[in-house]
Amino acid sequence: MKQTIFTITENTSLTATVYRMVLVGDTAGITTGQFVNILLEGQFLRRPISVCDCQGDALTLVYKVVGKGTRQMSEMVPGQTLDVLTGLGNGYDLTKAGDVPLLLGGGVGVPPLYMLARLLRSQGKAVSVVLGFNTQDEVFYEDEFKALGCTVTVTTADGSYGVKGFVTDALPEAYSYFYTCGPEPMLKAVYKATATSGQFSFEERMGCGFGACMGCSCKVITGYKRICKEGPVLTKEEILWDA
Amino acid sequence: MGRLSVNLCGIELDNPIIPASGTFGFGYEFAELYDINELGTFSFKGTTKGPRFGNPTPRIAECTAGMINAVGLQNPGVDKVIAEELPKLKKCFHKPVMANVSGFAIEDYAYTCERLDKEEQVGWLEVNVSCPNVHGGGMSFGTSPEAAAQVTAAVKKVTTKPVIIKLSPNVTDIVSIAKACEDAGADGISLINTMLGMRIDLRTKKPVIANKMGGFSGPAIFPVAVRMVYQVANAVNIPVIGMGGVSTAEDVMELMLAGATAVEVGAANLVNPYASRDIIRALPEAMDKYGIENLSDIIGQAK
Repeated sequence: MKQTIFTITENTSLTATVYRMVLVGDTAGITTGQFVNILLEGQFLRRPISVCDCQGDALTLVYKVVGKGTRQMSEMVPGQTLDVLTGLGNGYDLTKAGDVPLLLGGGVGVPPLYMLARLLRSQGKAVSVVLGFNTQDEVFYEDEFKALGCTVTVTTADGSYGVKGFVTDALPEAYSYFYTCGPEPMLKAVYKATATSGQFSFEERMGCGFGACMGCSCKVITGYKRICKEGPVLTKEEILWDA
Repeated sequence: MGRLSVNLCGIELDNPIIPASGTFGFGYEFAELYDINELGTFSFKGTTKGPRFGNPTPRIAECTAGMINAVGLQNPGVDKVIAEELPKLKKCFHKPVMANVSGFAIEDYAYTCERLDKEEQVGWLEVNVSCPNVHGGGMSFGTSPEAAAQVTAAVKKVTTKPVIIKLSPNVTDIVSIAKACEDAGADGISLINTMLGMRIDLRTKKPVIANKMGGFSGPAIFPVAVRMVYQVANAVNIPVIGMGGVSTAEDVMELMLAGATAVEVGAANLVNPYASRDIIRALPEAMDKYGIENLSDIIGQAK
């Protein structure tokens, strides 16, 4: 964990509610699947946001406006600074990927898969990506994943774009391992529909985001884990649903 | 003895700053960032007789200038705390630590305190009487002078370490409860624990927290802390530890003027992991500004 002041260099909308913010600062120690925790003026608790990408000193966050904190973030402009805690959480483990890994993202669960896809592609893996959204207007990052050389399928629940249905309706026939992030109903469906082992990234309301308050604990096969510290990524074998 | 030092129940503290239980774990997360020996001490995660997972999530809700938590005393139980947490802590913290103890029956408190009494690293026992009494219809020990006194007496019987009773502010007469604890042998009083609060999500039309209600903390409750510390410190002859929304060196001095011998910092640690250290470092300059030579001189000075 590290506390750093970042400077915003870009903050643009990708859809009506999803924004991409690029920040420049000390990114040392940030790994794929981690999150950062952002202090916002006038809000008491920090906002945990997943890392979409991190290259050089540039940190990319893709976030959805859901409340007053993320609304405030969306109104910030290049040049403004943010107090950010970085290096938080246990991210994705790339060593398990195999040769043909599958990435499954739903809605605002798509962003954390981007850096993972980029790193897996740089290792020469044939990466399949399925991105699920509710409707065509909400689709984002299809081109970005394609530009990495991934095989990309988009699903929409209402069928307005791509394959009609959910990410689980568009699973490829063969894959060596999977990584997923999205709303909990989607994660549960992925858990049931997948044929291999895999890693799931979870979301929870957090107090501190660095393991001190026990606000985000969940039960797992071996006991309990803190989503912010031992998570947000858990393996398929250790997950206990409805615990 | 430095300008910041205070004496808490016979043990000298380099400074009066104590991260509050439940906001500092067993110290390791913070020891990654700075040398936690800079603290006066800290009060470790509330420990019970057996292990507890705590409440379902969500356990956290944000509020204006504060937060609500309903963690539910998640902890590995006193045996594991002694076997695993204390040896780990020894590597990064070399001062006496404050052991925070909770229970759901008087026997539980006595059992846990008796175990911790044998641990050299433990300087003080801070006994949280805000938990519901399972034999008393679920009412919190801390809401009745009799029950709080019974817990105090039971704990005093099993330990020679200073016993500090941590009081809940969710009562009509805090002074009578503090006095009952003092009469039962308490060596100190700490207050205030969190205030009972609740938030409702307008979109789901349901409580934000799974447990519905939880403990409200943060700067919003600071004036209540000042008031209650003042009332209690003027009524008892044992040291008082003040807490509740402390986030600056000025807050520390204000609580000490109200009568606090030492000051705990809680929710602020969760927002800024350096908060307790920053407050300690800011104290000398803040004291200069108000013409305070030694912090211990101002304890209870406000009349």
